[in-house]
Parts: sequence; structure tokens; C-alpha cells
Amino acid sequence: MAEHINDIQDSIIGEFELFDEWLDKYQYIIDLGKELPLIEEDEKIDERLISGCQSRVWLKAEHVDSKLIFSADSDAIITKGIIALLIRVLSQQPPSDIINANLYFIDRIGLNDHLSPTRANGLLQMVNQMKRYGIAYTQD
Amino acid sequence: MSRETAHTTLPLERLRADFPLIHGQMNGKPLVFLDSAASSQKPEAVIRSIDTYYRTLNANVHRGVYRLSQEATAAYEEGRKEAAAFLNAASESEIILLRGATEGINLVASSFSRALIKPGDEILITAMEHHSNIVPWQLACEYAGAKLKVVPMTDDGELRMDEFERLLTEKVKMVAVVHVSNTLGTINPVKEIISRAHQMNIPVLVDGCQAAPHMEIDVQSLDADFYTFSGHKIFGPTGIGVLYGKESWLDRLPPYHGGGEMIATCSFERTTYAELPHKFEAGTPNIAGGVGLAAAIRYIRSIGFDAIHNHEQALLDYASVRLLEIPDLKIFGTAPEKASLISFLVDGLHPFDIGTLLDQQGIAVRTGHHCTQPIMERFSIPGTVRASFSVYNTLEDIDRLTDGLKKAITLLS
Repeated sequence: MAEHINDIQDSIIGEFELFDEWLDKYQYIIDLGKELPLIEEDEKIDERLISGCQSRVWLKAEHVDSKLIFSADSDAIITKGIIALLIRVLSQQPPSDIINANLYFIDRIGLNDHLSPTRANGLLQMVNQMKRYGIAYTQD
Repeated sequence: MSRETAHTTLPLERLRADFPLIHGQMNGKPLVFLDSAASSQKPEAVIRSIDTYYRTLNANVHRGVYRLSQEATAAYEEGRKEAAAFLNAASESEIILLRGATEGINLVASSFSRALIKPGDEILITAMEHHSNIVPWQLACEYAGAKLKVVPMTDDGELRMDEFERLLTEKVKMVAVVHVSNTLGTINPVKEIISRAHQMNIPVLVDGCQAAPHMEIDVQSLDADFYTFSGHKIFGPTGIGVLYGKESWLDRLPPYHGGGEMIATCSFERTTYAELPHKFEAGTPNIAGGVGLAAAIRYIRSIGFDAIHNHEQALLDYASVRLLEIPDLKIFGTAPEKASLISFLVDGLHPFDIGTLLDQQGIAVRTGHHCTQPIMERFSIPGTVRASFSVYNTLEDIDRLTDGLKKAITLLS
């Protein structure tokens, strides 16, 4: 049984509290990016690109056993880390939970404050796209 | 018009004290501001001039009968007067004060397209133009049924002058060229370009945004037909820019924006237009902007371009050496004549990542396409990191940049 979305968020908040300096938090985000479930090279098609990011981000969703499994990639390392965080929270979850998720961890770890407007917009687009996949795969 | 320069070395510490913002912090670290090419910081003299205007001189300009409005008008018109001297224009009527260089280029492109360009004509620009010197011409071509042609560049970021010659045919009705590239730093041979175009009676518009902060510009010596620059890049406020146009051209062009100030008489049957320069200045202008622009130009004159140039070239040379200590770092824009900015990439790393980690260390650089997407396409890169230097930067700033870069690269590996 997959961990509940909010429990995952709380774990992430706890992990980030261990760092005082934002440079260290970024180091952690970079490391998390190394664990990103990667999309296959030949699946990096334009239709999977998320708009509104300064770097390129591809996102794929698969519907398996009434859960959504996300995979992604980016040509920027920090972006990989951020999307790895989002996937950690939202992947392997039922579509309805994804749609209704309130992603409070983004604010609580200070990410919203620290991201430039461009990157914050990119983050928003990623979340929206994941939720859109949730809507698309919701059983009627 | 006298064009003295004060001295050839910069009184750096005194000068840095003039700029309040550079002494602050960013993300808890002392700020290193290396993005003056996007917008320069402002000296006390400019800030004070705007503050003083609003406290003691504020009134609408050009129309009032009372003394305060005359004083406001005089203060505003100082902006025009100083801009004319700054560019060595033959007359103040040739200086149009607008919101910025982008508006100036749009003005020329729009007016040209409505009056002087026919289907089948061509407009010639270059591969290193800023979007502001591309899109207005695309719009003009669309409107007038003309074609846009582009002079390519070398891998070093220099214009292919042989291609320029080939593309300069009698179909060309305007050449628009950037004086200094904001992404590559290349200083283009605009005097030569203008001379060649004039042999075929083709006018030339020069985008001088990145030239105006760094070098003396003499529009008469260049024989430029149009020259634009923005106030905020030369220590002035945002929202004010200059379009210089030869009187003979400005007289031929129809008005761009209509409204108050640009009319002589207005009735529903017929409206007649004001004389130059007001014909192109509709509505209440950015009065405080004009005041700030005058103060900025006076500030530059007090330092002198000899001193500015020497200082900035020293920074550029030092930065070029220090940055090349970094393995796999590539500089984009390696023309022999360059202004003080460097675009670079570190192999395998996205500029956005580098910029973010530099930001966390208090270092402000710009990343991305710098409003020159065609240049990025030309070099098949997603963007660059750009560090740009101004009078208030120091060698220590460059040391901070290099150390910060090395730290960022370590984190990203």
C-alpha cells in the first residue's frame, strides 16, 4: 500500500529542516534528482514537454493498477531534483488523490520563496500537468 | 559641443560609494552585481534628481503658463539637451524622447512600413539582433508585403561582411543593425556598414543600447540615419529612451502615436501635426525619466569614456583569463573588438543550474537566451550564462564569480 501523499510531504519537510543553508538544500535537491525515475530517450517527444520552464522537462504518466506512475527527465540538474520531489509525492498514487493533493511542502521547505518567478512558474506547470494526467486517467 | 573626458583612470572607491544598491546583500551574501547589460544600477545623483523633481518641480510640461510648469519643462528638456550632446546630434529636434529603445525601433519600423516600404522591398538585419530589433521589422514586412533578410555571422560572433555586401541590393529599403551585441559583446563596424549602405541610398538604424554605456557615440561622424538607446542601461531610470533621427528622415516619416502634444491644431475635420521633435511625442511624457536621463548623462560625462573604457576592458581581460581556468568552459562571442560582457557555458551543465547556484552565493548573472533566440539557435545551445561589467564592478567581483562558479560546478557534478 503506497504511503499517503501527506505523509510523504511531511517526510520531505523533515528532511529539509536538517539544512540551514539554502546552498545545502540545493545540494540535497541535486542529489534527489539522481533518483528521478527516468523517461526513456525515445519517449522524450515534444508532446511530453512541459511549457513555461527555462529548461526542458519531459513528463510521462502510466496508469497501472489504478495508480499513476510518473517518469520524467530534464536537461537541467536542479529541475530534475525538483521534479523528483514532485514525483516522490505524487507517483504511485490513485488519480483522484493526485487531483485533490494540496502540495503544502513546496511552501514549507521554502521552495516557492527561493525560486525565481520563471522557475516558480515552471514548477506550477509541472504540478498542473501531473494533475491533468490525474484527471485524464480518472475512472468515471 | 565640447566632449571632454575627466581622466583616464577611474576613482573606483569613490565611484562605488555613489551606487547605494551594490553594497547590499542577496540571499544573505554580499551582492556581486554582474547584470548591468540587462539594467545598470543608479548613482545617487540620478536617484536624487528624480526625488527632487517630484518634491519641488512636478507639473505637466510644455503647456503651462505658470512658473512651476516652465521649470518642469526646462528640467525635462534637459534630458533632450543632454541626449543631443551625448550623441553629438546636429540639433535637439533630432532627439525624440520615448519609453525606451524598443519603442524607438517600433516607431521607425512602423512609420517606414506605412509610408516608405512597398511589396517586394527588403529589410536587412543581422543574425545577432535583439528581439527588439527583429520583431518590429517582421511586423513592418508583414504590413508592407516586404521580405526580411539576415546577415549571418561567423563562429566567433562577427558579422559576415561579405554576406552583407551580397545582401545589400537595391531592393533593400532599410538596414537595421546592433552596435554592440548584448549576448556576444561583439562591436560591429557600424560606420563601415552605414557608409556602404549610403552608397546605395539605403538608410541605417543602429540599436545602440549596449554601446551607449561603454563608448562615445557621434551620430554625425557615423552618419547614422537613426540611433536608439535606453536610459536605464546608462545609469538612468527605466521608462525613458532616445531615438535620434536625421531631421530629413523624421520630417518624411508620418506620426507614430497620436494624441496631445504632437498636434499643432486639432479639429474633427483636419488635424495638423507639431514640429519636430514633438510630432513623435504623443501624450504626457515620462517627465521624471527625462530629468533622470539628464542626470545620468551628466554623471557619465563626469567620469569620462576614456576612464570607463579602460576600467571595463581591464575587467573583461581579467574575467576572460579567470574564467578560462575552469575546465570545459566555453566563451561565446570571441570577436577581437568586444564590450565588457561575457557569455559562457560549462560543458554538460545547463545555464539555469549555474545561474541558480550563483544566485544562492549572492552573485547576479543572467541566464537564458537574452532575447536573442536566433543566436542560441545558431550555436545550438539552450542559453548562456552572461556576466556583464560596469564602472562599479571590481576585480574582486570577478574573483567571487570564478570561485562561485567553481563551487556551483562541484555541486552539480
